[in-house]
Amino acid sequence: MRIHFKTKYDDDINLFEDGRKMFWYGLLVVLAILLPFMLDEYLLGEAVNVLIWAVAGMGLMILAGHTGQASLGHGAFLACGAYMEVWLQNKGVPFLLSLPLAGLFAGIVGAIVAIPALKMSGIYLAIATLAMGVIAEDVIILLEPYTGGIDGVFLGAFTLFGMEIDRYINPDKFYWTCLGVVIIVTFGYANLLRSSTGRAFMAIRDSEISARAMGINVARFKTIAFGLSCFVTGLAGALLAHYMGAFNYEAFLILISIQLLLMIVVGGMGSIHGAFFGAAVVGFLPQVVTMVREVVTTVAIPGLDMGIFALILITIIIVEPLGLYGRWIKIRIWFELFPLARRDMFRRNKSYLKTERMK
Amino acid sequence: MSLLEIRNLTKSFGGVHAVDDVSFDVEEGEVFTIVGPNGAGKSTIFNLMSRFYDVTDGTIKFDGREITGLRSDEIAGIGIARTFQNIELFDHSTVLQNLLVGRHTKRKTSFIENVLFTPRVRAEERAHRRAAEDVIEFLDLHAYRNKMIAGLPYGVRKVVEIGRALACGPKLLLLDEPASGLSVEETQDVAFWIEDMQKDMGLTILMVEHDMSLVTQVSDRVLALNNGQMLSMGTSEEVQSDPKVIEAYLGVEEVG
Repeated sequence: MRIHFKTKYDDDINLFEDGRKMFWYGLLVVLAILLPFMLDEYLLGEAVNVLIWAVAGMGLMILAGHTGQASLGHGAFLACGAYMEVWLQNKGVPFLLSLPLAGLFAGIVGAIVAIPALKMSGIYLAIATLAMGVIAEDVIILLEPYTGGIDGVFLGAFTLFGMEIDRYINPDKFYWTCLGVVIIVTFGYANLLRSSTGRAFMAIRDSEISARAMGINVARFKTIAFGLSCFVTGLAGALLAHYMGAFNYEAFLILISIQLLLMIVVGGMGSIHGAFFGAAVVGFLPQVVTMVREVVTTVAIPGLDMGIFALILITIIIVEPLGLYGRWIKIRIWFELFPLARRDMFRRNKSYLKTERMK
Repeated sequence: MSLLEIRNLTKSFGGVHAVDDVSFDVEEGEVFTIVGPNGAGKSTIFNLMSRFYDVTDGTIKFDGREITGLRSDEIAGIGIARTFQNIELFDHSTVLQNLLVGRHTKRKTSFIENVLFTPRVRAEERAHRRAAEDVIEFLDLHAYRNKMIAGLPYGVRKVVEIGRALACGPKLLLLDEPASGLSVEETQDVAFWIEDMQKDMGLTILMVEHDMSLVTQVSDRVLALNNGQMLSMGTSEEVQSDPKVIEAYLGVEEVG
């Protein structure tokens, strides 16, 4: 068992509470950087997929997990980022500029959407954002000159630091680009959480009335949360555009929005880790299920794999309301306290965040 | 000039006058308590001051400034902090984080600086933590500093709420039933803290409370309300011996 003796305020402010934690996260980053040398092209493509979903998940996590505003229409912002990236790339804007601009565009749209959304909470907000997600599909089709309508658009390679990067020609470089975005976003997110803005978000999530009494301008901070959330989701959308290469409105069906929300719930609401765990589950679990099923029987029954996948997700949510990250913490503490851990140590913690509990 | 001047304050919900023509002053450095049976309008006055409700009529002047036109989130910034009757803490945060939210009005950095975590933000975080530690020290919350609110016993949460209001660095502290649901010993602690806040920190305290022993022990003046109207005002003894107050609490004896 390890006890941290904090002797300075900085011990509390720093990203890593001690060198040991910094070592493990550092090792994780190094492993992530070395991944292209260990995986074949197919698996590397899947890893990129997980990274992009992790970015999108972090985007939604800011809003749903930390500010308590459920959104069932985040796929729309993914689309904002993706189509903006295509448009900017076609205009010849360099990638280093087009990526943040695509995110910014999604962020601005998000902040505008926040204005009517400020009046709503809980299930009503969920319905309103769901409607937005549905409308987005039609808007994409209607804006044919920019989005290519039903036929869709094509997006080739991009140039970064003088290198032509294409996910098929040099997947390793594309992977590193995505990893870079993931690291930057994660760093910014962690910074947000250890400062007053992040605390204001969580205050709004847990008790809006007392957030107000503490001097938090709820409308302003909800708008900031929407803006930041959509900015990050837009970044993911831009990466997704390069990853997909060619796509149309079908890439942003309402199912994508729901999958995004499902991802962060399964991963663990209210934690950055949750976005990563969720992305890994949604990205890899279907393949694992298919692989295991093929060992048992090679006869493919339509819907069976998806059904098993769904069952696993439902089980996770029933057994562990705090998601995979909640389970991860419990396992870690069990080992840290060994042999002193008791079964009912976490009884009090078994509670749902307000986002999931209908207000 | 008094710190708080309330004149002809009225709040109606439809035809019900929750607060009806109430006027009183709270002097700087005073502990002023509002008592009254349930539904007397005590919490409504707090909610009017916090600007959660709009006043129907009347004025509230704090520090010479009319506050009935402010937004609810501007109240903390001008120096009025409050607690809630039914504990409204941020359940999924630690005690320290709750206190740090109390420092929100003192923030000077924008959200973009926060995301980049510039040196200015770090300096600000240190200053916030120093202030929060002072509150932890004062209220003896060391043991709970990094505990989640969701797992804390009721009595501790009650104290954390007072701490969060103190972290705001207020001039006027509104305590909505600080001792409800507390044991005798815990209530005594609250009494000592109120005395310390008044004498050592120079705070002005406006309190709503039912526990008359606590009220008598700490209050300089007491206002009794019933059905939204003022019944009696004065020292605790004066108010408690006022026939109108006794009637409101106990009813009148039918003679004959």
